[in-house]
Amino acid sequence: MTSLIRIRDIPGGIHPPEHKDQSLRLPLGSVPLPPQLVVPVSQHIGEPATPVVSVGERVLTGQLIAAANGVFSANIHAPSSGTVIAVEDRMLTHPSGMSDTCIVIETDGKDEWIPLQPCEDYHALDKAALQEKIRLAGVAGLGGAGFPTAVKLNPRSTEVIDTLIINGAECEPYITADDMLMQTRADEIIAGTLMISHLLHEPKDLIIGLEDNKPKALAALQKAAEGTRVQVVEFPTKYPSGGAKQIIQILTGREIPTDHHSAYIGVICLNVGTVAAAWRAVRYGEPLISRITTVVGETLEIQRNVEVRIGTPIDFVLAQHGFDAKKASRLIMGGPMMGFTLPSPSVPVIKTTNCILAPTLKELPPPAPAQACIRCGLCADACPASLLPQQLFWYAQAEDMEKLQAHNLFDCIECGACSYVCPSNIPLVQYYRAAKGSIRQHEQEKEKSDRSRRRFEFRQQRIAKEEAEKEAKRLARKQAAEEAKQKLAEKAAAAAPAPQAEVVAEAVAKARAVQQTPEEQQAKLERILAAARNSLEHAQQPLVPNEEGAVITQEQLEKQQARIKQAELKVSEAEKKLADFMATQNNSTAAPADTPAPANDPVAAAIARAQAKLSMSPEEKLRSTLESLQTRLAKAQEKANAAKAEGSPTADALQQGVEKLQQKIADTEAELAQLAPAASEANAPSAEQHAAEAAIEKAKAKAAALATMSEEEKRAEQLKSVETRLQKARERLAKAEADNDPNIEAFRNGVVKLEEKHRELQDA
Amino acid sequence: MFELIAQHPIIAALVALISLAALFGAILGFAAVKFKVEGDPIVDQIDNLLPQTQCGQCGYPGCRPYAQAIAGGDAINKCPPGGQSTINALADLLAVPAPTLDEEHGVESEVKKVAFIREDECIGCTKCIQACPMDAILGAAKQMHTVIADECTGCDLCVEPCPVDCIDMIPVETGVKEWKWELPPLKPGIIATDRHPQDQHTGKAA
Repeated sequence: MTSLIRIRDIPGGIHPPEHKDQSLRLPLGSVPLPPQLVVPVSQHIGEPATPVVSVGERVLTGQLIAAANGVFSANIHAPSSGTVIAVEDRMLTHPSGMSDTCIVIETDGKDEWIPLQPCEDYHALDKAALQEKIRLAGVAGLGGAGFPTAVKLNPRSTEVIDTLIINGAECEPYITADDMLMQTRADEIIAGTLMISHLLHEPKDLIIGLEDNKPKALAALQKAAEGTRVQVVEFPTKYPSGGAKQIIQILTGREIPTDHHSAYIGVICLNVGTVAAAWRAVRYGEPLISRITTVVGETLEIQRNVEVRIGTPIDFVLAQHGFDAKKASRLIMGGPMMGFTLPSPSVPVIKTTNCILAPTLKELPPPAPAQACIRCGLCADACPASLLPQQLFWYAQAEDMEKLQAHNLFDCIECGACSYVCPSNIPLVQYYRAAKGSIRQHEQEKEKSDRSRRRFEFRQQRIAKEEAEKEAKRLARKQAAEEAKQKLAEKAAAAAPAPQAEVVAEAVAKARAVQQTPEEQQAKLERILAAARNSLEHAQQPLVPNEEGAVITQEQLEKQQARIKQAELKVSEAEKKLADFMATQNNSTAAPADTPAPANDPVAAAIARAQAKLSMSPEEKLRSTLESLQTRLAKAQEKANAAKAEGSPTADALQQGVEKLQQKIADTEAELAQLAPAASEANAPSAEQHAAEAAIEKAKAKAAALATMSEEEKRAEQLKSVETRLQKARERLAKAEADNDPNIEAFRNGVVKLEEKHRELQDA
Repeated sequence: MFELIAQHPIIAALVALISLAALFGAILGFAAVKFKVEGDPIVDQIDNLLPQTQCGQCGYPGCRPYAQAIAGGDAINKCPPGGQSTINALADLLAVPAPTLDEEHGVESEVKKVAFIREDECIGCTKCIQACPMDAILGAAKQMHTVIADECTGCDLCVEPCPVDCIDMIPVETGVKEWKWELPPLKPGIIATDRHPQDQHTGKAA
């Protein structure tokens, strides 16, 4: 099948010696069952699986022995039948050389399988069931990372997958496991690719990519892919074209943004081995218990690819291949570029063991001592991720986390191309790995300290709240005790309150409530007048004929006129009322003696009377007398003159009367003149007036203050005044009791009332 | 006006500069009000750097009070749990030279620790629960207590009040997940013969 895919290049990259021939000379072999299988529960990225078997239990090949712990985990199965002899910490196949839980199985050599559930046609299954089958089989990325495959095959709903890439590049020197797999099981790979394509809703492109140094694998795949829409594409050999990010870039030209997975750009990339394992899991129901591993290195008599059970100790595998420990410099899992030195030869093969490299000292000499960086820039040229390795190196040395992250340290794929080209032999990748570890650790610590801070602050808050509650309770108790005390005292004081006095007081209160100030009354009257005028205007509006009857009937007209008349009457009535009121108001201030006090306004009347009394100065009295005398004098004079002219006999008597009146006027005038010097005194407010005005002023000030005061202040003010009043009332009561006053009951009543008011205010 | 300016270029220059200054001043003033960013107060920044063990070894009742004290001018080298790295970070933030840890307040521990209650010896007095600033001890009166290891900051404030001394500070277990690659030795031997032959086998396959 001809390729329709345009091959792109990646930046950087290197061409190290391939060393792939020696392991491809022999066909795929197999390793016999070892006496003991050591299966770590953590062979993948994510949470370690939880052991589900106990020591002494007999297990069959393919039986679940450790269950996935959450979604981001993978099941672990027994690689062969036998007895679980230990679930204990054993040294891991990990650069740290640390120990963790492993399930140790003593094999019985029977290799007795659990009943499998094969599936002839995966199209019959629904997609969730298909995915579940892959998940239950514990398939994890066999390329080296060990990413749980089921997670990869379940992209977010927002991510539309248009390209499925099966990675058969295998760019690292020495490793030929994928090559051998593609040569021998090409049909499984193609079938698996189609199955995963079905699972991912048939992406547009299905591409198997491999480097052009694998002609046999290419031929086998192309043969198997005939008649399917799987495209087998080869591209120039260059390290590290097999990295997921790199092969995606080569085959699609897309780059994965920082901090994203490939699904973000619509691509899923799987290793060929993973696809084959997923296919076997679905088709035959076989869990992942074995894998193809390259066993290579010049210390071995036999170098080849073998299918090996997971959990087989590596020294056992090496022993099968004539390993000469004396010649070996070290043992490496993975390739020379990205692999790591095994902490011990006894560690087991795990799901990600794609190669066991046992080189001689000559074949893979130890790295030369690192020298100073000369800033040659070769590393930057070699970097496939377009980073600046020497800058990262400086910042990693200085442990400058911020700068490292700013220079995208986390985009480094740790391929080792920079270290390979470095003329100073600086172990650059080790710096980056260490720096990445430090940053991750730092972030974890930060997260923990943030959580601690939150917990601590929450605790502080809780303690403060508890304290506040305690305090509030204490206060409440105190208040309750005080109230009880007060009530007791009250009972003693108000032993027999007089009902009669209460009635009187109530009546007074009622009258006070009803009474209105003149201003209020005036305002009310004005309102009434305005309303009346309004209705009059409304009534006077010309009649609008309604829709049905276009003619205004006589009846309607009459009605309107009646309404107008009524309104006019109302207006005139209101006007009159207002005028009357105004007149009384004016009178009550100008000539108060004449104004009759309104019956419903006893207080106002009293005030008016008092004011009238006050305003009646003796001078005015005299003046009015004088005026009347003068008019009488004028009349008398006229009469006397008339009588004189007529020669009446009463003329003399009349003249005498005139003289008398004149005398009286003179007297009055003298009196008035006497009063004149005292006028200023008279104008000055008398003691009575002074007191009244002071009281009015005080009341006004109080009202103003009340208006500006807040609710609480008002209450406090009221409380204070009530308290002073209460005190005074008590004093008066005591005095009355001492004098045996007849009004003692009234006094008592007043005190009780005030006390009640006081309590009310306090409660509020 | 124009003539005056034309005849006295110095006035023209002054007018131009003053008007520009006024314009930019106005723009800056507007921007200062409109785009005002509520700066991270220094106490919060300091508090963020402190390890939040709330152990009180600095002499203050918790990390935040110490952060406030630092903002008020106290020494930055009183935090043993944070160690030198915290001191360095604080020095960096406050732009002061980094001192070494004040031994008076304790020594930096290499390994992280958590409290562990020997449960069969616990008498259920709740004294450690009251002492724990993290609420990381669980239990009730006359019932056995236990430590929530994930929440324990290793401040050891619970050790002192225990009347039966059943609380131990044990190192935190580190597994493969916590493991990280070590930095290569900082001063590589430039001359090959200066190096010990064993060292030549320790590097990784690179």
